[in-house]
Amino acid sequence: MAWILMKALNLSMMVGSAVIIWKALMCMSGSESPVVVVLSGSMEPAFKRGDILFLYMSKDPIRAGHILVFNVDGRDIPIVHRVIEVHERQDTGEVDILTKGDSNLVDDRVLYAQDQLWLQRHHIMGRAIGFLPYAGWVTIILTEKPIIKYVLIAALGLLMII
Amino acid sequence: MHSFGYRANALLTFAITLLALMCAMASLSDNLNSPSPSAHVQVLNINWFQKQPNGNDEVSMTMNISADLQSLFTWNTKQVFVFLAAEYETPKNSLNQISLWDGIIPSKEHAKFWIHTSNKYRFIDQGRNLRGKEFNLTMHWHVMPKTGKMSADKIVMPGYRLPEEYR
Repeated sequence: MAWILMKALNLSMMVGSAVIIWKALMCMSGSESPVVVVLSGSMEPAFKRGDILFLYMSKDPIRAGHILVFNVDGRDIPIVHRVIEVHERQDTGEVDILTKGDSNLVDDRVLYAQDQLWLQRHHIMGRAIGFLPYAGWVTIILTEKPIIKYVLIAALGLLMII
Repeated sequence: MHSFGYRANALLTFAITLLALMCAMASLSDNLNSPSPSAHVQVLNINWFQKQPNGNDEVSMTMNISADLQSLFTWNTKQVFVFLAAEYETPKNSLNQISLWDGIIPSKEHAKFWIHTSNKYRFIDQGRNLRGKEFNLTMHWHVMPKTGKMSADKIVMPGYRLPEEYR
């Protein structure tokens, strides 16, 4: 009985520390998603598929050249592209933003929602401030080949029991 | 204490920590670099300057763009993303930044360049404010490291002005 409790405690400690680290990163970066994995090649050669980007969200003004991670209404996969146009209002400070992937030929208006011409602050999840190459491949493999995810969880479960 | 599992775990943790440390040091070494870039833009011709059907002004221009960004490159630099933005103020907007041209510089050899080009991206205002408008042409660059912290800076070139009338 005590042995089972020990194993359960071990497992909860592992999961607990992972959650604590993730929440701490969320706090430090000010974003719901402090780390994202680059999924497409639209920002090559700067960022390749499988790279990890560190995000930071602050009240600082958004300017041309910034690399932003944003969500388009109705899509759940975030997009990582560069700002190529900024229009900031005199009175409210609100901004209209246009983005484009570095290696795309056209701007992102084709990706925005129907009739949407600009992005606003509330679409932005964060600004990329640093990156780690290749570190995101684990996530991509787990997402695109879910069988590996199940195999890993089964193996982890087995290790816990043995 | 000496099983394969424990040893593999210790080795892996040590290797990853060391890798992270090396990445951080590589990134910090970029701070030692003190760059001295230069840029110059000449607007050769206003190709056309019209009011679009949706009511917004649009202008097309041909420019000579030259720059020397070689001092930005360190051993930890993967590429430099450079772009030229027209920046101006209107009654409605305190700031408008419109990228007219951009390029990717993959290595130090390509960082000293001179190009003759019309604007790659359309210069369209939010409104009809461009007649006689004074604007800055600012060259921005973003240094993308092989690993670590990205940095950015710019050179502001003021004193450009659009024609008073559409043409």
